[in-house]
Amino acid sequence: MNLLNISGSPHVHSDESTKKIMWRVNAALVPALLVAIAYFGINALLVSIISVASCVLFQWLIEKYILKTPTTVGDGSAVVTGLLLAFNVPATVDMMWIVVIGALFAIGVAKMSFGGLGKNPFNPAIAGRIFLLISFPVQMTTWPQVGGLFPMNFDLATGATPLGAFKEGALPTDVTFMDAFLGHIGGSMGEVSALAILLGAAYLCWKKIITWHIPVTFIGTAFVFSGILWLIDPTAYMDPVMTILTGGIMLGACFMATDMVTSPMAKSGQLIFGFGCGLLTIVIRNWGAYPEGVSFAILIMNSVTPLLNRWCKPKRFAN
Amino acid sequence: MKTFRMGGVHPEENKISNDAAIEVMPVGKQMVVLMNQHLGAPATPIVQKGDKVKVGQLIGEAQTFMCANVHSPVSGTVTKVEPCKDAFGLAKPAVWINVEGDEWMETIDRTPDIKRECTLEPKEIVAKLKEMGIVGLGGATFPAHIKYSIPEGKKAEYLIINAAECEPYLTSDYRVMMEHAEEVCIGVSILRKALGVPNAYIGIESNKPLAIAKMQEMAKQFEGIIVEPLKVKYPQGAEKQLINAVTGRRVGSGKLPIDSGCVVSNLGTAFAVYEAIQKNKPLIENILTVTGKELPSQHNYIVRIGTTYNEIISHSIGQLPETTGKVISGGTMMGKAVVNLDAPTVKGNSSVLVIGEKEARRAPETNCIRCGKCASACPMGLEPYLFSLLVKNNRVEEAKAHNILDCIECGCCFFSCPANKPLTDEIRLGKNKVRAMMAAKK
Repeated sequence: MNLLNISGSPHVHSDESTKKIMWRVNAALVPALLVAIAYFGINALLVSIISVASCVLFQWLIEKYILKTPTTVGDGSAVVTGLLLAFNVPATVDMMWIVVIGALFAIGVAKMSFGGLGKNPFNPAIAGRIFLLISFPVQMTTWPQVGGLFPMNFDLATGATPLGAFKEGALPTDVTFMDAFLGHIGGSMGEVSALAILLGAAYLCWKKIITWHIPVTFIGTAFVFSGILWLIDPTAYMDPVMTILTGGIMLGACFMATDMVTSPMAKSGQLIFGFGCGLLTIVIRNWGAYPEGVSFAILIMNSVTPLLNRWCKPKRFAN
Repeated sequence: MKTFRMGGVHPEENKISNDAAIEVMPVGKQMVVLMNQHLGAPATPIVQKGDKVKVGQLIGEAQTFMCANVHSPVSGTVTKVEPCKDAFGLAKPAVWINVEGDEWMETIDRTPDIKRECTLEPKEIVAKLKEMGIVGLGGATFPAHIKYSIPEGKKAEYLIINAAECEPYLTSDYRVMMEHAEEVCIGVSILRKALGVPNAYIGIESNKPLAIAKMQEMAKQFEGIIVEPLKVKYPQGAEKQLINAVTGRRVGSGKLPIDSGCVVSNLGTAFAVYEAIQKNKPLIENILTVTGKELPSQHNYIVRIGTTYNEIISHSIGQLPETTGKVISGGTMMGKAVVNLDAPTVKGNSSVLVIGEKEARRAPETNCIRCGKCASACPMGLEPYLFSLLVKNNRVEEAKAHNILDCIECGCCFFSCPANKPLTDEIRLGKNKVRAMMAAKK
């Protein structure tokens, strides 16, 4: 007979794994991806494929030739980064090469240089997006407009997003709440449909990968704070419902602020984190240089996460 | 339904030996009786080579405070008094006995009659628990006479009997409830009398509806026994969690249950108390489960303490299956992996659990993704991921400041970790480091 194994207890495991978590996140992103392809057609599909492929490739190359460690691309985290990065850019022809640079920055600088998955202080997809926004300000703010379903042409008509239009003057009056909820608006390809994002988030909640704490406080804070501003002066500030339905608030709150690696561990820390994200988003939108502030807000709160982990402790059983 | 306030996990229950009635395992040819089968100092052997002993005769005497008597589980001749390796490979003082016949001490009542009346005073009950070598059978093997001697200034308000049996696979407590409900209730009444508390609560996880019904029916015939169904959640049967579930009270950091007015004993202990007090039978037998998905059959046995693991295996299933990966004494969450199958069983052993090769291996460790699942699963509200980092970097002071000593080693953190980090192992190491540091400071 074989020798017996020995080890400390426990002798069973829940069978949960990083790989399963990451692939479930990918599954949760599928509804938003389908909406993006439906509205932005072939462009959205190609940008997504290029983004995912370059993230996976860069991680594989770095692990094989620089770190010389066994590859971890199978865990699906590079795919998550690739999808989220694609979701954060406009679906245009230019993006088909620009997103590769974003992927290199996201994977190479924001993730692997810190030691790979789990060690990165900032969400790689957001770091990649901000890098692109600063490096390619024109291409990153050339938004294709939603026309018919599944457009197969590469040259989509472009125009301002509701947020951009509002920053310039006033909200186009023809955008209804329902348009914004379903995604019938201009914007980055993954952020347009609140419905698709909420579907994915509901799946993640059901699978216990995220909890309500960050998304609800993030969106709630943004809603309340913008609501107060709107009540003070409805002509100068956007109304709160439109505020949370447009731009990246839904995508950021459900998928990027909830990134396990870069958000606090304790529930109390998560509440502060979500609150900070919501507050900063509205501050940047209204008084900053950019029409959209979600990614900056999350990046800033990412940097506060280690402090929140230190200050916010779980409730102890004993004391 | 009552449960504890935070954390917890739900491992697969695997109570596959639930329906196997308790069988009596025959006595082997030789018995090795270890002298420390309990928490504390070993008992002092009071027999010598060549002495004849009977079943139930005192062979190891408790001569220090934290110690328990040890009795002979068999009749025969003492062949040597020498150390023997226990199941985990550590040499322990032991008495070796060649088995001859099965001659019991005359004082032991071996009739099947059930005796309900107990006329002993509380002090006499405690003295008799000591004499009979009763220890807690929930796993820690804490000497019962110490637990039931309430220190000056403390007051017991609740007696809680732990029948949660929240560990996967184990079914011995379940079988005792199904087959010996009356004896258990008598045992509980005796313990209640010893403490002088109005009520005793028997906490049972609700995945044992038949046992709950049986105990509730039986408890009606007794005064002050309340059966408390509990939510199915591991570690419902951990002492502090059980107290919290039943009474709502919390045992503070570094405190004992009695500081919160509670005394907790295992269901198996209550049965042993009945036999000791009413039948004069010392603690010489274990009720244990022989189980595992790989095994051809599932069993529950009454086994004389001192029977070796190999004897139990060969009697119950012949031999270990080819696919055996690990043999565990206890359940899969807190049980210990057995190193030495030639070792004798000791008081408090509750199972011989065999798990397969595949299950016995841990998946490779990957980076922590800071998901916080370990902290959410921790029933003590601790941060296992943090201990893992602190212990690796030898930051022992900080680990202590973050209450590492509160850890009950239930295993929920490792169980739920998606990165397969051996968190429980690291915390155990950390606790040892903290204790060493505290000892060095004194």
